Amino acid sequence: MTTSLSFDPVRLSPQCEALRTEVRAFLAQEISAGTFEPHHPGYSESYDRDFSRRVGAKGWIGMTWPKQYGGHERSQLERYVVTEEFRVANAPANFHFVADRQSGPILLKYAPEHIKKDILPRICRGELCFAIGMSEPGSGSDLFAAKTKATKVDGGWHINGSKIWTTSAHIANYMLALFRTSPPTKENRRHGLTQFLVNMKTQGITVNPIYQMTGKPGFNEVVFVDTFLPDDHVIGEIDGAWKQATSELAYERSGPERFLDTFYVLPELVRTLGPEPDLRGAEGLGQLVAQLHTLRRMSVSVAGMLQAGKEPVVEGSIVKDLGTVWEQKLPARVRELAALLKPELLNHTALEDQLAHATTIAPKLTIQGGTTEILRGIIARGLGLR
Amino acid sequence: MLDQKDHIVAETAARIFADLADPQTINREKNGAWKESLWQTLDDAKLPLAWVPERLGGSGASLAEGFAILGVAGRFALAVPLAETLASGWLLASAGLEAPAAAMTVAPARPHERITMSADGRLNGRVSAIPFAQDCAHIAVLADNGKRQQIALVDVKDCRLTEGHNLAGDSVNTVTFDCVKPKRIAPATDGFDTTSLLLMGAVIRGVETAGALEAILSLSVAYANERVAFERPIGKFQAVQQNLARLAGEVAAALAVSGSAADAIAQAESFDEGVFLEGASAKVRTAEAAREGAAIAHQVFGAIGFTQEHMLHRFTLRMLSWRDDFGNESYWAVELGKRISSRGANEFWPLMASR
Repeated sequence: MTTSLSFDPVRLSPQCEALRTEVRAFLAQEISAGTFEPHHPGYSESYDRDFSRRVGAKGWIGMTWPKQYGGHERSQLERYVVTEEFRVANAPANFHFVADRQSGPILLKYAPEHIKKDILPRICRGELCFAIGMSEPGSGSDLFAAKTKATKVDGGWHINGSKIWTTSAHIANYMLALFRTSPPTKENRRHGLTQFLVNMKTQGITVNPIYQMTGKPGFNEVVFVDTFLPDDHVIGEIDGAWKQATSELAYERSGPERFLDTFYVLPELVRTLGPEPDLRGAEGLGQLVAQLHTLRRMSVSVAGMLQAGKEPVVEGSIVKDLGTVWEQKLPARVRELAALLKPELLNHTALEDQLAHATTIAPKLTIQGGTTEILRGIIARGLGLR
Repeated sequence: MLDQKDHIVAETAARIFADLADPQTINREKNGAWKESLWQTLDDAKLPLAWVPERLGGSGASLAEGFAILGVAGRFALAVPLAETLASGWLLASAGLEAPAAAMTVAPARPHERITMSADGRLNGRVSAIPFAQDCAHIAVLADNGKRQQIALVDVKDCRLTEGHNLAGDSVNTVTFDCVKPKRIAPATDGFDTTSLLLMGAVIRGVETAGALEAILSLSVAYANERVAFERPIGKFQAVQQNLARLAGEVAAALAVSGSAADAIAQAESFDEGVFLEGASAKVRTAEAAREGAAIAHQVFGAIGFTQEHMLHRFTLRMLSWRDDFGNESYWAVELGKRISSRGANEFWPLMASR
């Protein structure tokens, strides 16, 4: 009579906590050297090649990957600690983060050996930025409606079409993209897409920036005109990318970045409320802390399952659903709780600045990396409803 | 984390509940006769005194095993004082007191309520909303003698009880101690206070709530797959699927936070800051999950779920009542907020990350 949902109380080992101390010391050093400012959330969205190289030198990119590819064979939980400390500090990890979280693990699993030998060590050294080429002008959440075409030519493929909303494409060295190699079949509409590794320097690629509502670049349109990709840049099975897409979801969806994107407003609220908050402030803060603690314990639990070799797709989707809805509401809740405080209090201006930032980025949180509606569909499937 | 042994104890409990406390079956019973044979069987299996060491009359199970029993009890919306007897046994044993055989409950069960002990060891005070007091033979009491906390075992017959029930119809009584002489007294261990007792109670209710939510999710999914409307099972409609996915999220949150808090208590040597964060969070978040989860489940079931005849209310009303026991979610949110504030902004993340 019970469901199969499982969230064991996984604890971080002393080894993880030692690593945390090391990470905090590194970040403190970077902060005092002026690399970034922890109270300026904008830094977490910036690309800092030099910082990423120093992170790579510490061994904190590709942490869980095999040593033969430049990895460090550490645990998912150790990676978890690094990710959350970076996120909480607003460290500028954008240059390497997607490669570390997502692109690297896909290459590790499906790329030809010589590609792995070439690319993965460079990711680990913090030298490579990756973009993900999924959405197209006519297909976003409906991934398998992608039309950008890969046509077989001698020795490789010609790509024609465009990707859109592609984060980091203006900076990225490589993109992992889905292209159509065959039409879908009657039995399987997901058939016919193939994953490719795209060197962004390849001739026939144009990247057009699209400014976001925050006033900053971030999105891009990437146009392919007869772009040639060699045969060995096919990643995994031709026409069978759909088989590769789903197992990666738990990694992509359950990490601390799925509920910490607006975290900075919370300690700022604590600062504004002061050591003796009124009842309204105390209750509101306590609720938020309880919710955050819950999300974090869920996320650590999923990291533990990944470490144990499980594929907690439903649990991971639940973490992203609850986590992104929470981090989206967080600035609104904090705004309410601070609304009646006297403006001359402590750090009111700092809080307002941070709220302005968090409020403008909030709408994207429940869209990127799988919308709330898509996630709930996946959860419903896991419950046996579809 | 649950090991094999915890599962064995929990499976024993599940078998007994399935045989003697099946929610659908007892929902049809007009009297409480089933309770007697259930309790007898639980007693034979030494479950009520699981948290009492053998030398004090119990079965000496671990805290983790006991919490596993309570998770299962929640899945059956158990309406006998098993959780309360477990908690009472644990409280008595913490002071080295032997536990009697019959059902017990524990007092105080709400914040800001106090029982005092006079110099000659007599108890005075009035405490409200003591779960199942009228159904129990004894009450395990945490009292204050002005110098330190004392733990005492009291015969219910020596107290004055006011009749009362919670939303689910389980008895909940105001208990008055008027110069009551306890059967046993011992000083509490250093640092043990009302907050410790309330935290333990809060986590117990959190674990039970998570169990009830698990059952509610299974029932709701099964119903959505079987009930046909507009020529297909309602579970095929996206609107219903999205609601059930949200319910799964609430179940997951409740399981994770209560499981973590139970583990924290099982591992900790004292009720420190970390246990406070975990316990308070468990009560706040499971109460939220109970509220959201009950609303979604009733929405899925429609009118049939609102009938006496259907067992859904056994879970939803009980879980909604549990929100009030051992400090409601507002109390714990305020207390947690105060603690976080007094530590200051710079100490906030280090505390979160330490769990």
